[in-house]
Amino acid sequence: MKISVVSGKGGTGKTFVAVNLAVTAQDAVYMDCDVEEPNGRLFLKPNVTRELPVHILVPHIDSVRCTGCRKCVSFCRFNALAMVKGKPILFPEICHSCGGCSLVCPVGAISERPLQVGAVQLGYVGSGKETRPSLRIVTGVLSIGKVSAVPVVKATLDAGAALSYDDAQADVASQMVSVIDCPPGSGCSVLESVAGSDFCLMVVEPTAFGFHNFRMIEQIPKQLGIPCAVVINKDGEPYAPLEAYCAEHSVPILARIPYREDLTEILSEGTLAVKADRELARLFEQLLRAIVDGGEA
Amino acid sequence: MKKLLVLSGKGGTGKTTVAAAFIDFSHARAFADCDVDAPNLHLVQSVDGPVERSDFSGSQKARVDSHLCVGCGRCVVHCRFDAIHLVGTKASVKEFACEGCGVCVEVCPAQAVSLAEDVSGTTTLYRGGRIFSTAELKMGRGNSGKLVSTVKRTLVDTVKRAGESSVPLCVIDGSPGIGCPVIASMSGVDLVLVVAEPSLSGLSDLRRLFDTATMFGTKMAVCINKFDISDGLTGSIEHFCEEHDVPFVGKIPYDRHAVAAVNAGVSLAYADCPASKALRTIYDRTMLLL
Amino acid sequence: MTIAIPVDEGGKTVCVSFGRAPYFLFHDDGTGNTRVLANPAADSPGGAGVKAAQFVADAGADSLIAFRCGQNAAQVFSASNVAIYRAEGVSAEENLKALEAGRLPVLATFHAGFHGAV
Repeated sequence: MKISVVSGKGGTGKTFVAVNLAVTAQDAVYMDCDVEEPNGRLFLKPNVTRELPVHILVPHIDSVRCTGCRKCVSFCRFNALAMVKGKPILFPEICHSCGGCSLVCPVGAISERPLQVGAVQLGYVGSGKETRPSLRIVTGVLSIGKVSAVPVVKATLDAGAALSYDDAQADVASQMVSVIDCPPGSGCSVLESVAGSDFCLMVVEPTAFGFHNFRMIEQIPKQLGIPCAVVINKDGEPYAPLEAYCAEHSVPILARIPYREDLTEILSEGTLAVKADRELARLFEQLLRAIVDGGEA
Repeated sequence: MKKLLVLSGKGGTGKTTVAAAFIDFSHARAFADCDVDAPNLHLVQSVDGPVERSDFSGSQKARVDSHLCVGCGRCVVHCRFDAIHLVGTKASVKEFACEGCGVCVEVCPAQAVSLAEDVSGTTTLYRGGRIFSTAELKMGRGNSGKLVSTVKRTLVDTVKRAGESSVPLCVIDGSPGIGCPVIASMSGVDLVLVVAEPSLSGLSDLRRLFDTATMFGTKMAVCINKFDISDGLTGSIEHFCEEHDVPFVGKIPYDRHAVAAVNAGVSLAYADCPASKALRTIYDRTMLLL
Repeated sequence: MTIAIPVDEGGKTVCVSFGRAPYFLFHDDGTGNTRVLANPAADSPGGAGVKAAQFVADAGADSLIAFRCGQNAAQVFSASNVAIYRAEGVSAEENLKALEAGRLPVLATFHAGFHGAV
């Protein structure tokens, strides 16, 4: 079962929930799709066994063949090409790698070359002696200065999916859970991360800002037609509008993680909450059961 | 008219809370919410008066005319973004994935695909006693740098029409993160106030913001929110400021009253609590820099 | 010689932005002719600097006066042999006079791209 974890605005506890959920499952793959700031690995501390580079294709112009006709410049909607004194100039930073310039060049002067924009790291947590580690970790990392997060997110999801495919091929009875730690916000890369999942868990703070934010991110699983539920994080006083909304719209609230000051300290040190605290370990057990057994509280 | 921009790096640091308090302390008559992915400022600032809403078109997206589509699939083969696929015998566009590159338009043998303006969000302008410019992005839409610029420009233009002398200060609640929308909000402001979080990522974000501000030649000041989470990192941030000649204007303790105020829909300016007192000090020091 | 300046609405004041300036002023110091043209890059979601620089170069400019300019635009100007000067004060007219008198410094630092932002 693939569970995506979203939160919209940052600082809500999305990675906290995703990481502890993955650790709680006996057999899990954790995919960190927050490729600009993949923080899951700070808590999980995986043994990284492989790193797969992620490439996009960028155009390369043969200036000898180029006739200066400017069809490429006119075509490019991202203004990544200029033509000065009959010589083309390419700006790879704003190129979206659509392949259009290469397509429209009448003299075949444009070819494409791979440019690395990030990488996917595969790792595991365990002694290394098991046939299959209980927790496998797939981390997407966007290279500094690169803007194209989506290809790295897709590569991360593909790598995670490949792991479950391998299991199915090997006929391993799989209770396996995939936890997808999605990027913040509600942009294209978030939608990519949620689209492939079977269930979407929304991490929400019980405050006015948290509720407003929740209303926005709720659109994501709704529009993608994916069953979803709420986890309330930093719980204290119930926030009435959130409770009322969830009740009226049948959005299950599967867990309420209390705000605890001692928690902030252990988190800042990169400790896994479910390993350090029995109350939280039990809470995440129940949360996982609730999701896997049907998403009802 | 001076423009003050409040930034934070990662989200959840308290940027909007600080911006809202500043608006109330200064009785600012103009402000903007540039956090177009998750605009929150209106929850802690009441506004009224005539409202103008406009559709914002950030970019274009492909559109298929199914009458003309012959289902050949050439567009599917050529699309680099998996944004177009055949549903039955007709091509259909996955809007959130479409980047508006135009390749499908180019390769379609039946001229069934075209690029059309995509309404990616809505801008809202309040022109009552106070001028408030904000916007919200539709789900799945990126390109918020352009929208941020629109929100700012709307604010500045509206203030100019009202007469700049009547508006001494504009407060701009910026976007979280360190990417393009943040850079968009920085241009042309008189001072950037960074609300920093005492964590490793908070410090790293602060460095990135400092580099960007330096590049623009924009003045910057720093304050820390929830400083009692980590004395060590609070110290590191103060040290960074000293090293780089960045004015450090104060620190705010973690305070439950902040949440209560937000939930009640008011800023901390009128509360009587440790956070509010710290905010007042930060405000006073920041105003001296402007 | 043709001098280009990014200008605000009204065509009199130098715009703070290059790539997204609403208009460009072109002054021919031989004929004394001045024309103000809309900037086709003003509304571009991305690559505004590149597009604006292409427009200015295509219009035959020899020099540019601006407050700032991005690296991509600078690259286009360098390839087109357009000299870039740093504007002083907001009046377009004053800047033209200052350039003629040789008082404007060369613009030597360029900012990184905004990737679709301002």
